[in-house]
Amino acid sequence: MKAKIIITPKKAVLDPQGKTVQNALAHLGYTDVTAVHVGKYIEIELASNTDPQRAREALDEACYKFLSNPIIEDYHLEIVP
Amino acid sequence: MSIFRFAVIQFPASNCDQDAVHAIRVLGHSADYVWHKEASLGNVDAVIIPGGFSYGDYLRTGAIARFSPVMQAVRRFAEDGGLVLGICNGFQILCEAGMLPGALIRNRSLQFRCEHVFLKTVTRDSPFTRSIPEGRLLKIPVAHGEGCYYADEPTLKRLASNGQILWKYCDASGQITDSANPNGSLLNIAGICSEARNVAGMMPHPERACESILGSEDGRMVFESMIDTLRLARTGAAA
Repeated sequence: MKAKIIITPKKAVLDPQGKTVQNALAHLGYTDVTAVHVGKYIEIELASNTDPQRAREALDEACYKFLSNPIIEDYHLEIVP
Repeated sequence: MSIFRFAVIQFPASNCDQDAVHAIRVLGHSADYVWHKEASLGNVDAVIIPGGFSYGDYLRTGAIARFSPVMQAVRRFAEDGGLVLGICNGFQILCEAGMLPGALIRNRSLQFRCEHVFLKTVTRDSPFTRSIPEGRLLKIPVAHGEGCYYADEPTLKRLASNGQILWKYCDASGQITDSANPNGSLLNIAGICSEARNVAGMMPHPERACESILGSEDGRMVFESMIDTLRLARTGAAA
């Protein structure tokens, strides 16, 4: 069992990395791109007998407390078999 | 003259710890390292969380350092009213720990900025600014890639109305302009203090500006403010 966590900068927060990647894409000819947001991906491996609901609750807390900073970031958590 | 004892916290990959200890000793006071695994600070009068790249800046700057044992001791020290100054990575750690509001993100330019900047002291009503003469600009170096101060609108309003903004980036004439802002910090914020005013964080490095051979002695005024605060507290208690 795995947890997949995607962390992205909040829309209101300046994202110079996303902006720079967007500019580079425009230089390469990808002119239809209207915005780029660069975040991070975390994959966590869990023991196969883990209860998915409990894993979700525990990792949701970990995402809020540690893996993301809620002042500047949003996260999406997914538990997959 | 009273000698005050400063604790300088050392994390793996702190790299301004020696500069901080040196600066305090140059000012005639005592400074000792406290390793991040220590659960106690010992008998100290003030704490400095120095700059660097604690825990390799993994995950986010300061994100892992905040959970180290010594930070629980620093939190208790601050809750008891002790003076805590976070410099650069120390500021990032204090924000991650929730001891100061807001967060520090990647510089607007994406560049690591390493240069002298000018700071305007916004209020002298704090233990970190009290001895800075009125109207005196500070010339102090910055050296960071992630020093862009961010907080949401209500937090910024609260910081301003409580007088928690201590320093802003300005030009050589004291004007707070966008071009004087090295990292894109909102409101040109270079340093803030907590609501109780005894915890402060700043991105510039006062410990690198305490001797004329280094090009500026302006950083002394930040530490002297802390020392004057401690002295007043001691003489007040004795009276």
